[in-house]
Amino acid sequence: MIKDEKIERHTISVLVDNEAGVLARVIGLFSGRGYNIESLTVAEVDQGEHTSRITVVTTGTPMVIEQIKAQLDRLVPVHKVMDLTVEANAVEREMALVKVAGTGERRVEALRLSDAFRARVIDTTHSSFVFEVTGTPEKIDAFIGLMRPLGLVDVSRTGVVAIARGPEAM
Amino acid sequence: MAAQELTGAEIVIKALVDQGVDTIFGYPGGAVLPIYDALFQQNKIRHILVRHEQGAVHAAEGYARSTGKPGVVLVTSGPGATNAVTGLTDALMDSIPIVCLTGQVATHLIGSDAFQEADTVGITRHCTKHNWLVKSAPELARVMHEAFYVATHGRPGPVVIDIPKDVQFQKAEYTVSPHITHRTYRPKVKGDIEKIKEAVDLIANAKKPMFYTGGGVINSGTVASQLLREFVRLTGYPITSTLMGLGAYPASDKQWLGMLGMHGTYEANNAMHDCDVLINIGARFDDRVTGRLDAFSPGSKKIHVDIDASSINKNVHVDVGIIGDCAHVLEDMLRIWKSKARRPDKAALADWWKQIDLWRERKSLAYKTNDEVIKPQQAIQRLFEMTRGRETYITTEVGQHQMWAAQHFHFDEPNRWMTSGGLGTMGYGMPAAIGAQIAHPDALVVDIAGEASILMNMQELSTAVQFMLPIKIFILNNEYMGMVRQWQQLLHEGRYSHSYSDSLPDFVKLAEAYGATGIRAEKPSELDAALKKMIETPGPVMFDCRVDQLENCYPMIPSGAAHNEMILGDDTDGASVSEEGKMLV
Repeated sequence: MIKDEKIERHTISVLVDNEAGVLARVIGLFSGRGYNIESLTVAEVDQGEHTSRITVVTTGTPMVIEQIKAQLDRLVPVHKVMDLTVEANAVEREMALVKVAGTGERRVEALRLSDAFRARVIDTTHSSFVFEVTGTPEKIDAFIGLMRPLGLVDVSRTGVVAIARGPEAM
Repeated sequence: MAAQELTGAEIVIKALVDQGVDTIFGYPGGAVLPIYDALFQQNKIRHILVRHEQGAVHAAEGYARSTGKPGVVLVTSGPGATNAVTGLTDALMDSIPIVCLTGQVATHLIGSDAFQEADTVGITRHCTKHNWLVKSAPELARVMHEAFYVATHGRPGPVVIDIPKDVQFQKAEYTVSPHITHRTYRPKVKGDIEKIKEAVDLIANAKKPMFYTGGGVINSGTVASQLLREFVRLTGYPITSTLMGLGAYPASDKQWLGMLGMHGTYEANNAMHDCDVLINIGARFDDRVTGRLDAFSPGSKKIHVDIDASSINKNVHVDVGIIGDCAHVLEDMLRIWKSKARRPDKAALADWWKQIDLWRERKSLAYKTNDEVIKPQQAIQRLFEMTRGRETYITTEVGQHQMWAAQHFHFDEPNRWMTSGGLGTMGYGMPAAIGAQIAHPDALVVDIAGEASILMNMQELSTAVQFMLPIKIFILNNEYMGMVRQWQQLLHEGRYSHSYSDSLPDFVKLAEAYGATGIRAEKPSELDAALKKMIETPGPVMFDCRVDQLENCYPMIPSGAAHNEMILGDDTDGASVSEEGKMLV
């Protein structure tokens, strides 16, 4: 195939039956066929219907992205596959919990910057904060970057969740 | 009134009967004893006891491919399931509908490393179309029927149902109908009509058209083969097929160019390379077919009909991709072709055939015989000629003999040819022959084998003897893993590393030890009489046919080469394989 095709980043939503092993099927597909996973989030979204929504951010050439969608779509427990990067004008959000340790001026600076990012303090001691910050992955990268010289000790990120704009369901 | 309660094991049997299953292939063990007990107490389902679980799956594949019905396998937990893995992978690669029931340790023992416990759904997730672990008997009937639905709808494939032993004892009502609508899995069979119209336009306007068909036509059923024949004859266009698709179009027809690909004919591969419209029906642009991708049929517009959306644009970019079942799409194509009164371009087609006939004159499958030694091609050609007019089913193992069989045994009907195409599983042929013979007790079933492959599942000869299955195992014995040796000759300067079949058994005595008939032929003059004896002997026969040890299988497209860079058998300078090509398999 054409080898110098551009690598693209796509956010794909997959609605699946919440049955045993469904996540392993999706992950196994990516590892077995050598596709990339940049982030992956999953949780049940409809308890009555037992459906879960998987949001996966992946990279590849346009042909590989098409393959990924077709391969996901043929998994038996998959209801629907939607490429939010192509089919919908989507909003994406990620949440991170960021722990910063320090005292004195660095501590004050961390608190001041967190305010600019609309991060919330959800735990504090005399020598540390845990911030909750929400936004695009880029915004979270930027926040973590700013915290690094101020005593960043730990980060936990959710990975991207995304949804199409407008009134329609997936 | 409430439905009668059955045990899990009884539910399994009832669901099988409701699915129309009359034969299963299996091997008992601790974790499936309740199901074997239920089998013992009924007479609707016949159980064929194999000698190794891999054999059970291949036998079920042979049964499935020769009938178009799903094959059913029953094995125990742990080693029973892991032994089935090769067969399941084989069925996945070749799209064969298989329902494999595996026993599992009791639910409360799962995860405790219990005796004969294996994570069967974990292990088989990658080699099945889908699988289930059934944790309670009330789910069992639904899962059984879902499994048959998934195995046989869309692109067929193997499924596994893992049933813990306590679930086999647990009682539940059996209320489910065998005709289910699946919650999520509803494959599309009708192709997009606009795309089909676009395809018909391309086909009608072609100057140098080429049909390229595959196993999808066989899987779609005999109707698809009939429609294909009608459409191809209506157009007058040339047709080739993959290994998996042989028999969908009659090999005796003048429009047939023979198989294409790595060991395909000169005319088929050159026509693929030079055609201007390529009509792929139910094939998947496999690497054995395409050769070097950037030089594959470079000047053609490509149409691809496939039931699996992920096959389209996977290896080769196509101009018109139609997702649908071959029979449905062919039916629409024919209807549109006729209603628009389409006619092929007669003048252009005549020129195209003139070119093809020049390629045909090259006689790329020709070989030279002598009085001293039997040529493997000659052995297959004589087998073909001596079985003409009979209902004959051919299975093969994997290697040179498999390619020679594909080249020199010609099929006029679908479902008569069973071979391991995608996975290339040595040891496939004898159990597959057993499955085909079970399904067609009065037919002639021949496993064309090599002496190395046949040893991989030799134990199944015992199955054939037990069930009085008159399969014929026709071993082309060259004392080498012939294809490995051929590649070592062409790619590794003749260093035959571990490809000599040392310490071979005496196959005649071995056959006799199993209670079968053994035959040997060493000279061309003995061949016909020995073949006649093989065909006429009522029980299972193993035929040790000593053939030319160093014969190579030609034509051949070396790895990393294009269709128009074939090596032919009478080339004196032999192969040249690029450094890149050596990396390929």
